[in-house]
Amino acid sequence: MAVLVIAEHDNTSLSDTTHKTVTAAQAIGGDVDILVAGAGAQGVADAAAKISGVRKVLHADDPKLEKRLAEAMQAVIVPLAANYDALLHPASTAGKNIMPRVAAALNVMQISDITSVEAPDTFTRPIYAGNAMQTVKSADAKKVITVRGTAFKAAEDGGSASIETIAAGDLPSISEFVSEELTKSDRPDLGAAKIVISGGRALGSTENFEKYIYPVADKLGAAIGASRAAVDAGYMPNDHQVGQTGKVVAPELYIAAGISGAIQHLAGMKDSKVIVAINKDEEAPIFQVADYGLVADLFQALPELEKAL
Amino acid sequence: MKVLVPVKRVIDYNVKPRVKPDQTGVDLANVKMSMNPFCEIAVEEAVRMKEAGKAEEIVVVSIGPEKAQDQIRQALAMGADRGILVKTDADVEPLTVAKVLQKIVDEEKPQLVLLGKQAIDNDNNQTGQMLAALLGWPQGTFAFKLEHGDTLQVTREIDGGLQTVALQTPAVVTTDLRLNEPRYASLPNIMKAKKKPLDAKDIAEYGVDAAPRLQVVKVTEPPKREAGVKVESVAELVEKLKTEAGVI
Repeated sequence: MAVLVIAEHDNTSLSDTTHKTVTAAQAIGGDVDILVAGAGAQGVADAAAKISGVRKVLHADDPKLEKRLAEAMQAVIVPLAANYDALLHPASTAGKNIMPRVAAALNVMQISDITSVEAPDTFTRPIYAGNAMQTVKSADAKKVITVRGTAFKAAEDGGSASIETIAAGDLPSISEFVSEELTKSDRPDLGAAKIVISGGRALGSTENFEKYIYPVADKLGAAIGASRAAVDAGYMPNDHQVGQTGKVVAPELYIAAGISGAIQHLAGMKDSKVIVAINKDEEAPIFQVADYGLVADLFQALPELEKAL
Repeated sequence: MKVLVPVKRVIDYNVKPRVKPDQTGVDLANVKMSMNPFCEIAVEEAVRMKEAGKAEEIVVVSIGPEKAQDQIRQALAMGADRGILVKTDADVEPLTVAKVLQKIVDEEKPQLVLLGKQAIDNDNNQTGQMLAALLGWPQGTFAFKLEHGDTLQVTREIDGGLQTVALQTPAVVTTDLRLNEPRYASLPNIMKAKKKPLDAKDIAEYGVDAAPRLQVVKVTEPPKREAGVKVESVAELVEKLKTEAGVI
């Protein structure tokens, strides 16, 4: 039995979600290898080789793999599948883009966004925006899986796996990268932050996010999130959205300010260790999941909080 | 160009799903059903393309029960031209759906298949990508913006921001939430939609292997989180976070 984990990275650094996916791979069992496909990604391959319990790292390097577009990634991954019983990728936007393509090419049904491994062929995953948990048993000889990072502990470093360079092969050119607009921020990444503070529609404007949420985030070294309502209203960009249709986070501390707690939002944060809700409506559903609730006007409470920290 | 828009009938967005006591699934009896919200966005985008002179014909297809024709009629009322209902009472998996769609693409020869990124029932997020792989077409998933030139430029929602890719056509594009805001069909258009052509076929006519690969072992309620305590002041909150929770 052998499992291939496909690494999530930006050609410079290896994403922590890869470490978490290695843990899921180890739960399935057998030898765990990591594929690093990228352009100029030697440093990433070196980092992957340090993850404890990894047998070897396969490194495919090609300019056409720089942005890990699904069409090119399919061409790299599918020929490797013969050597593996399961192929895993973090359930990032990249994983969601690439893996169903791989699954269809292999004629298997993907298992999306798993939160636990029950047996080598049986997995649990959220459905209906996290309102139900489904356990499925796969009849496919090969499993193609995306892994929800927040559900698994990161595998530790401490290994020294060998790195094997593999040919990228013939890569298709039916799709091409044009440009990218990445949100630049000195704050921690939303998916990896230990503390997240999120604002809802009650904030009322982008300016109020900057005036009330940002200072608290700065004091705590927190990432900033937003409810879908706040994103839809244009107060924050979509990549800050926490929820089933946005990012799923599970920090040590999650502060929800002016968020009522729609099912959609709860699905994205209810696995946080400690949840704080600040809302002036004491009936808001967010209080049903909050460890600490403060019924207060956020425009008064947030500046007070900032001062008290 | 001709655009094919697959749509799915799912539990209405505003209904809270209830897990059945026998753990076989979610109770859908007497529950309001609607078009999957991401599919609505796909229909809207296709209609806008037609209004802008970028699309000649919009064909809507739904694979599902007899009643999925309600969702096809809705798409026709929004501005699609004709519909195909592929009847099945089974809960078909994305791989099967993609295989049926591949057959329909072979017959209809669209230049673009535009569909929602995921259905809000099983949250798989697979069908579009699988179809693209089966057809050997490029894909633009999680579309935030579509531009039609020599190539199809798709700006995609990715972790950390936006990414634009150029796709050769024919191509598959899946829609994300911010691509557009779907219109409500007007009453005259709802009446007109009743006269638009709608073909009904049985899934067996497509001759694809529809046997499920995943056996549902059980469906359960997610672990419940208990409500904690209400604090009276910011000072008390900070105190509890420091001493009791130890997270700051």
